[in-house]
Amino acid sequence: MRTRVWSRHVLLLSSALLLTGCNLVQSPLNPVSPQARDLLWLFWIFSAVLAAIWLAVMLALLMSLRARRDVGTDPLAADPHRESRATMLVAGLAVATGLTVLVLTGLSFAGQRRLFGNETAAVTIRVLGHQWWWEFQYEDPDPSRRFNTANEIHVPVGQPVLIKLESTDVIHSFWVPSLMGKVDLIPGRQNILRFTAERAGIYRGQCAEFCGLQHAKMGMLVVVDEPEAFAQWRDAQVQPRLEPATDEARAGEQAFVAAPCSMCHQVRGTGAAGRNGPELTHVGSRRTLAAGTLPMSRGNLAAWIVDPHGIKPGVNMPLVKLDPGELNTISAYLEGLK
Amino acid sequence: MSDAATASRDLRDTGLDGPVLNTRLACVWGTPKGVIGWLSSVDHKVIGRRYIITAFLFLFLGGLTAIVMRLQLAQPENKLVGPDTYNQLFTMHGSTMMFLFGVPIGEAMAVYLVPLIVGTRNIAFPRLNAFSYWVYLFGGMFLWVSFLLNIGPDVGWFAYVPLSGPEYSPGKRADVWAQMITFTELSGLAVAIEIIVTVLKQRAPGMSLDRIPLFVWALFVNSFIIIFALPAVMIASTFLILDRLIGTQLFNPAEGGDALLFQHLFWFFGHPEVYIIFLPGTAFVSAIIPTFARREIFGYLALVLSLIATGFLSFGLWVHHMFTTGLPQLGAAFFTASSMLIAIPNGLQIFCWIATLWDGRPVWRTPLLFVCGFFFIFVAGGLSGIMLASVPIDTQVHDTYFVVAHFHYVLIGGNVFPLLAAIYYWFPKFTGRMMSERLGRWNFWLAFIGFNVAFFPMHISGLMGMPRRVYTYGPEMGWGDLQLLSTAGALMLFASFVVFLWNVVASVRGGEVAGSNPWGAGTLEWAAASPPAPQNFDHIPFVTHREPLWAERSGLPVVTGLSTRHRELVVSSVAEAEPQLRETSPAPSIWPLIAALAVGATFIGSIFTPHAVLWGAPPIAAALTGWFWPKNTPEDEE
Repeated sequence: MRTRVWSRHVLLLSSALLLTGCNLVQSPLNPVSPQARDLLWLFWIFSAVLAAIWLAVMLALLMSLRARRDVGTDPLAADPHRESRATMLVAGLAVATGLTVLVLTGLSFAGQRRLFGNETAAVTIRVLGHQWWWEFQYEDPDPSRRFNTANEIHVPVGQPVLIKLESTDVIHSFWVPSLMGKVDLIPGRQNILRFTAERAGIYRGQCAEFCGLQHAKMGMLVVVDEPEAFAQWRDAQVQPRLEPATDEARAGEQAFVAAPCSMCHQVRGTGAAGRNGPELTHVGSRRTLAAGTLPMSRGNLAAWIVDPHGIKPGVNMPLVKLDPGELNTISAYLEGLK
Repeated sequence: MSDAATASRDLRDTGLDGPVLNTRLACVWGTPKGVIGWLSSVDHKVIGRRYIITAFLFLFLGGLTAIVMRLQLAQPENKLVGPDTYNQLFTMHGSTMMFLFGVPIGEAMAVYLVPLIVGTRNIAFPRLNAFSYWVYLFGGMFLWVSFLLNIGPDVGWFAYVPLSGPEYSPGKRADVWAQMITFTELSGLAVAIEIIVTVLKQRAPGMSLDRIPLFVWALFVNSFIIIFALPAVMIASTFLILDRLIGTQLFNPAEGGDALLFQHLFWFFGHPEVYIIFLPGTAFVSAIIPTFARREIFGYLALVLSLIATGFLSFGLWVHHMFTTGLPQLGAAFFTASSMLIAIPNGLQIFCWIATLWDGRPVWRTPLLFVCGFFFIFVAGGLSGIMLASVPIDTQVHDTYFVVAHFHYVLIGGNVFPLLAAIYYWFPKFTGRMMSERLGRWNFWLAFIGFNVAFFPMHISGLMGMPRRVYTYGPEMGWGDLQLLSTAGALMLFASFVVFLWNVVASVRGGEVAGSNPWGAGTLEWAAASPPAPQNFDHIPFVTHREPLWAERSGLPVVTGLSTRHRELVVSSVAEAEPQLRETSPAPSIWPLIAALAVGATFIGSIFTPHAVLWGAPPIAAALTGWFWPKNTPEDEE
């Protein structure tokens, strides 16, 4: 079977390339950190060794079935000479199996030591899992530099990142395969994950532990920026929301704060201070909506507000009755929150 | 002494033979006629047959859920089923396949075959056997009726807390799951005890430990794994129902409970479970290979020791299901080593089987074809398992379609292919007729190609980042083509089972009539008639060799002196199988059914109120009293 992994390798790579084309990669085959590269390298070594073993066993099976030895009719008449030779052979193979797994175990241990190190991090992000979205809290010694965001994180190229994983409800799992293997978010515990992104780009991740009705639509984006761009983004995120620039947006902000929206969502700089749903202070700057479900656009914002349960059945966001004018201004307002 | 006195005395089989003995014993051991008789049967063959048919029924139901899921995933953003139905479907699929098919099918085959192969007349504790079948049937029906009433569980077959806990799964769905587990595992435990006692104490005289066929060894070791593994999951499911029903906080971290405790308990069962499913597969393979290779199994001792080693090691691997939960690295590394270690006994088994074939003269019939399919698929699945044993690699592939591919290679390769081989192999024993070879070949090739087309691409889907248990995915993820291919393969695999069913039905009616030993095999079940008489053997055979029918060409030596007036069998010593006692075997009884109904009502009631445990106790006590009420058996009179 592993052999066919190799033969499909080409197909695999081409599809990986295709995905890179649309800039939405969620695959361990596309590593952009030393950690993920290490993992992929380990994966291919194991694949190659195990594929070779599989082939050898299949070859032996094939030959055993082809062997047409002229033996008597008595199934109990075994030739002692042949028996002892076969015993030696089988014993040798068992020893070889032992040695192989010993080597593979050693490789695995070495990989584990490299991957789960303790380097100091330049950026620390606390991740809180929610049914079914991600809350990100950027930590900083200076309280005024801390901020929250949701479903999209930015990290700088070449700097070690530390992710602290916690859950507010059920178990989730944080998995951005291009950067690192997954680690679970477990209520009552804090887990740790580290990576250093090496190439700017946008990498997709997704919840990998079944967490209920909308487990399938709990995606996130990791945007790897050049350090200057990252610093800029971070500075912007720390700020309260951008003052609405148009009349329409101003009307939208009033409607938003007056409507039940503000019960669950926070927009820093306004009266909206709810904490049950994703923070929306700079929602317009994000690339997706509803945890990676829809591309960000004014139309999609309106569609999501009008019918969240059509797009993500069972989601905790309620259907809020708004008149068409309010819907229009609120969508414009949110889109403007860059 | 008068004639009447002679007649009333215990009549032995010593002087009797042929049709007279056969008819007399059949009368003593037979199942009574009528509906009550049918429900009272304690014959291991009758119950074994019911067990096998029921387990296959659940296999088909589980297969249907898989087909609906495959159709849903065939294209991105498909709207065939919504998330609620999909989550129920994969929960039902996993729970049915693991708890209602995987564990029971091995035990079902054991219930039918082990007493025949060890040369006895009935399984130990035959009424317990009847009871456990009813419990299993009611537990399975309970789950499926709940599903059809739209209260089917939707928390996955693993039902991790807190998702399955009171806060995040209100309603009855998770209760149905928890009680079904506790309930059906009860039946699994009972059968494991019967098998162990049958193997240890009821072997035909002369069948010393080193003459026990590997088939029996595998199911014997399996029964021990069951006894040690199932209580862990029963504790997990019971703790869960306590949290849900009476407000304990065992799994609630806010109150000092621990969410990970559930996972430890679950996987302490869950990993041995894989071997509970696989060891019956090895049992079938070890029985079939010598027959079709036309030589004794190579490396008997090595195979027995690998079975025992597998049994022990299977309890030291559970943490490899939890590598991403953030356990201490050193602890996780230990489980990498132990998981890799189990490759050694399993590799040894494969080498011994291939050596047997190598030195034999393979006879190409359908059972051997399925055994070859087993090698192809299972070895691949076992090897990809070595990748999952590595902590670093596992963090990338865990909970993705790569794992889905891996364990279907292991479970379908390691259990279902050998099982189909076994059905083709023992069908003449079960029914007295052969299955069609032509349909058998269709069945094999459809299953083999369908399986690989369905599951191989899943490895790649996983490597392309597709997580498990998602009801849909966006077109931009690029998984659509591979998923469509998997769906096509799954449909083909399903078609192979339709051919199988067709073959079974057609062959029961019109298959070629089989003699007692159509394959020229060497073990004792082939000395019994096809299908076997209610007493299995007219005289208990005396065993002189591991393959008695090959060693004693001119007819088996037998043991005489057993009663022909009531149910009697030989109890023998554990190691050497020296005959020790003549023991009475219980007669048919309706009480096991009544007891199972009482237990079932209690369990179902307990979903609605904890007081059901109180109200259910008197009926259960009454049923058990009836069951164990002393009767004036002939043995007591002596």
